[in-house]
Amino acid sequence: MAVSQPSKSRDLDRLLLRPGHLAGPNFEPGQELREDIKEYVKVLVVGAGGLGCELLKDLALTGFRNLDVIDMDRIEVTNLNRQFLFRLEDVGKPKAEVAAKRVMERVNGVNITPHFCRIEDKPLDFYSDFSIIVLGLDSIEARSYINEVACGFLEYESDDNPLEETVKPMVDGGTEGFKGHARIIIPGTTPCFECTIWLFPSQVKFPLCTLAETPRNAAHCIEYAHLIKWNEVHGRKSFDPDNSEDMQWVYSEAVQRAELFGIPGVTYSLTQGVVKNIIPAIASTNAIISAACALETLKIVSGCSKSLSNYLTYNGVEGLHIKVTEFVKDADCLVCGPGVLIELEKSVTLKKFINQLEDHPCLLLTRVSVSYRGEKLYMQAPPELEKETRSNLDIPLFDLMNGVSRDIINVNGMAGKGDKKQSCMRKLRIAFKGVDGVADIDMAGGA
Amino acid sequence: MIRLFKVKEKQRELAESANGKPPVKKQSAGELRLQKDISELNLPKTCTISFPNGKDELMTFEVTIRPDEGYYLSGTFVFSFQISPIYPHEAPKVKCRTKVYHPNIDLDGNVCLNILREDWKPVLNINTIIYGLYHLFTEPNHEDPLNHDAAAVLRDNPKMFESNARRAMAGGYVGQTFFPRCI
Ligand SMILES: [Zn+2]
Repeated sequence: MAVSQPSKSRDLDRLLLRPGHLAGPNFEPGQELREDIKEYVKVLVVGAGGLGCELLKDLALTGFRNLDVIDMDRIEVTNLNRQFLFRLEDVGKPKAEVAAKRVMERVNGVNITPHFCRIEDKPLDFYSDFSIIVLGLDSIEARSYINEVACGFLEYESDDNPLEETVKPMVDGGTEGFKGHARIIIPGTTPCFECTIWLFPSQVKFPLCTLAETPRNAAHCIEYAHLIKWNEVHGRKSFDPDNSEDMQWVYSEAVQRAELFGIPGVTYSLTQGVVKNIIPAIASTNAIISAACALETLKIVSGCSKSLSNYLTYNGVEGLHIKVTEFVKDADCLVCGPGVLIELEKSVTLKKFINQLEDHPCLLLTRVSVSYRGEKLYMQAPPELEKETRSNLDIPLFDLMNGVSRDIINVNGMAGKGDKKQSCMRKLRIAFKGVDGVADIDMAGGA
Repeated sequence: MIRLFKVKEKQRELAESANGKPPVKKQSAGELRLQKDISELNLPKTCTISFPNGKDELMTFEVTIRPDEGYYLSGTFVFSFQISPIYPHEAPKVKCRTKVYHPNIDLDGNVCLNILREDWKPVLNINTIIYGLYHLFTEPNHEDPLNHDAAAVLRDNPKMFESNARRAMAGGYVGQTFFPRCI
């Protein structure tokens, strides 16, 4: 074996150049692997905050050369203690741009493209370009959005196995104070974000009448200013948590409210925390979670070791506790599941299709409502929507789906028989017979 | 997965956007769940729902309640619903768009209903909320006050509360506050 050119990182070489007992099934150690990671892998980092800064640095030092980072926020003074890529003179500048620049200055050869915008502003093509997506986010909404985009690329073969080239892996990190998690999402194989959305606790919401009448703590005063006083003064102009003037207004109203009731403890950062539902970030938690995420990214890409299976929790509140839990995928997940494959003649009307679902052994669905790409094809209720969609019943489903040969549609209704019926939602993979593409794939599946 | 990425990257270099059809954003899980709720609505005659943005935009809608008994008989009250993309993980945001003299609804339309805030659970649905709102009109309660004055009057002098509520619905002043007609 030729002597490998040592890379800057000796530790990385140990992982990538040598075979090992814990390696994944397709691991091919060697210099080519190391170079291929540099050349062919494109990583998207979502979020350039506390966790995002760590991720960019860690991924760059792990040997990834093509990184993009997306974040809509600008740098605030309060970020500087832990978002270590930012300096005082950066306050007010976009986080993504400064973070990209700083890491490129420090790590030779890495190329980071910043995107200063909302994740929803990018077209789906943008996301499909990346080999892997790494998430350093603090909101459920944003995670849920990226998860839906990434799982949206997933296609299944006719035997319900995921089509490998459509799998867009994700690595998700999250921290709250001294606690954090790192997980991997391989759509179609491990549970997606939606499969386990219950893992995220619901936000604590105080009763409005408590806020209005009997505030007992600083958070009550802040929520009063945010939810009640804001409307009273600003009418329908909605509060923008990312606008510092709005936040300042809520803070000063909360202070007045607290003084009125003799309640201590209202501060500007607590106001931000309560309004945005954020627990103060701890730099070391971010570093630990980011390291785990970067390592998992490398493992998924290179196969140099078996991947985390599939959810790591870290708790440093008292002592230190780390646990890995293998969550299971929801087979019927509307976001990542295969859905039930149904083959149809082009001439089948929506009405006939709905009737077929009642007899389908996997479905046994009655009182069915149907939608396609957000368009309501038929709604059982309320009466006005039923009336509006009724005329679709006599139209062939193929036409209602704009002549597409295969696509996902969503239905809901009552499943089961007799008194065991329960309301449910189902994803269906419709394939029309005799339309180009369908026959080929069926033959491929049967060959 | 490196081999796969390599193949894909090479393909991409060879033929830019050869696969033709652009990907389409699927419906979010929140939208699908809402669609289920809406298609299963079973409302009392006193409640109607409407979708100002059409049948394909269900995430904002209005519910109109016309109580057939109690203090608010024959009034018409409109509520706006705003549904989060992560519904039902998060409760709908509900506001009363009709100015109402009510102990549990303030003059800006905030509503004190436990299932909209502290007691919201993903197993609840839009139907439950609409019934909850309807009950606020048949059984207003002075124990969860958002309109402090109205709550005090309801507690201490129900007769006067009744006449205040009538006057407000007919279009008129209660104390310093003017209420547009909603009958
Ligand atoms: Zn899923």
